Amino acid sequence: MHLSDEEKAMYDGRDGPAVQKAMDLLVRYGEALDAERLVETNNVCATITSTTPFQRDFAQAKGGMDAVFSEFSLDSQEVVAIPKFKTFTSHLQLGFDPGQPERMGVSEETVRFYEKSERHAAGLGAQIMNTCTPYQLGNIPTRGEHCAWMESSAVIYCNSVLGARTNTEGRESCGAAMLTGRIPYWGYHLPDHRLATHVVELDVEIESVQDWGLLGYFIGEHVQERVPVVHSRRGIARVPNLPRLKHFGAAASSSGGVEMYHIVGVTPEALTLEQALGGQAPREVLRYGEADRRRTYEKLNTTATSADIQYVMLGCPHYTIEQIWEAAQLLEGRKVHPDCELWIFTPRAIKALADRNGYTRIIEEAGGILMSDSCSAMSRAVPKGTRTVALDSAKQAHYLPAILGIQAWFGTTSECIDAACTGRWTGGLQ
Amino acid sequence: MSAIHVSPAAAPAPVIVIRGRKVVGGVCEGEALVTRDRISGWGGIDPRTGSVIETRHELKGQSFAGKVLVFPGAKGSSGWSAMFHMTRLLNSAPAAFLFNEMTTKMALGAVVTHAPAMTDFDRDPLDCIETGDWVRVDADAGVVEITKRA
Repeated sequence: MHLSDEEKAMYDGRDGPAVQKAMDLLVRYGEALDAERLVETNNVCATITSTTPFQRDFAQAKGGMDAVFSEFSLDSQEVVAIPKFKTFTSHLQLGFDPGQPERMGVSEETVRFYEKSERHAAGLGAQIMNTCTPYQLGNIPTRGEHCAWMESSAVIYCNSVLGARTNTEGRESCGAAMLTGRIPYWGYHLPDHRLATHVVELDVEIESVQDWGLLGYFIGEHVQERVPVVHSRRGIARVPNLPRLKHFGAAASSSGGVEMYHIVGVTPEALTLEQALGGQAPREVLRYGEADRRRTYEKLNTTATSADIQYVMLGCPHYTIEQIWEAAQLLEGRKVHPDCELWIFTPRAIKALADRNGYTRIIEEAGGILMSDSCSAMSRAVPKGTRTVALDSAKQAHYLPAILGIQAWFGTTSECIDAACTGRWTGGLQ
Repeated sequence: MSAIHVSPAAAPAPVIVIRGRKVVGGVCEGEALVTRDRISGWGGIDPRTGSVIETRHELKGQSFAGKVLVFPGAKGSSGWSAMFHMTRLLNSAPAAFLFNEMTTKMALGAVVTHAPAMTDFDRDPLDCIETGDWVRVDADAGVVEITKRA
């Protein structure tokens, strides 16, 4: 792999052992990919902090936070002193909400260790956003900007909606990127790899958040990790907003490995179908009609048989303030059923806005709770005795039954709020 | 090491040789564990035992610890590398990775696992390796030698 003079100097140790280890990992990783070179980046989204007892014991045995960063974020078995990050770095979601240890079933000790690692990461320059949606908190890369992001639902949003460029990175490559400002120039950093390979021709109108989730889930299953372009001969009647595209991308990257998509007339690299395809013929043209929509809905609801609901989780990916507003309006004046719990997840910075707007009070007065930093799939935490959950997220409905062995109903936000207030699932595809 | 039983009268087990590209260097040998299903890291494996835990996965409940893992490639969450990184720390990592589809998840996961890894083969390893075959991987030379299970 070709290295610039600046990169060679970092590789040779000019900037100290941690930067040297970071370059060493990037070279091993770049050569594994068969990348020709690295590219500069100043935008990294990653997990950095420690939330597991294993990491706590590792820190105690091997030399504190530097030892944890060396092993888990740089793949270095030698403990190196970690300098301040070179890049703008956003912290992603965690394995629990540190503000709700009891509800999440984590010990005080684990939270204390986490808080220590949070202070360490913040001191190095990490923005403690603790969300799967950094683009909600001002990290909105511009079109063409090279990034190094983890979190599949954020990666697909970054590439597709914003037109910035990232592969699905991991904890170690992001750690190396923070210290060097470099990442392999491969995959979605290259213009040709961003072109659509599959056309999805719409035979139905796609309007609601639920519709976009169903379409995303359908597409992911069919194209796996390829690049789909969504096209409607009549044009997209209602331009999808942030919650719709957030849900669409999260669904497509769960049922398949989609990291980049186009919607003709909506996303920045698809002003026309021809532009999205780069003038080449698609490998396949899929159609999406009413029967496909219904089949996808049924697939997402296959695990559910019982109408008794013990848990309703909203906020996957993390809710926007608009979605919290909607949930608060649906809840106002009602009460969550005594046999059911309602947890809503959003970034803590947005929760501060919800507090100020009075939405948190409305949710809490109804008996629900607004949480942050995590979700049930990340934390594996659900209310005690949960057998069946109701969800408005296709991604969460994909993961929760597999991870926790519980049943899941997938429906609209309104159906989920009804389920929370009655303890019964009465939803169905309209 | 599981023994390969060859009766004295039988001809020596045939050895198949395939060639590919080094992803992570090194030489090792071991028993093959083969699947046509892609593997998820986060939510797909248990690093304490090296077992596949995904519902409906062909290898569900089976451990790849110490085996030569032959599979199409990685899928799922960006936590793939972190989970396989843990298998190395918990001594449940595969002996080697042989795969067909290169992705960033797969490349980084193989790199941090420190196990020899290869891809871009002249013959599809899924067609010529079966679970239980004895496989010698020389990633530095780009050669895989397969001794069919007797």
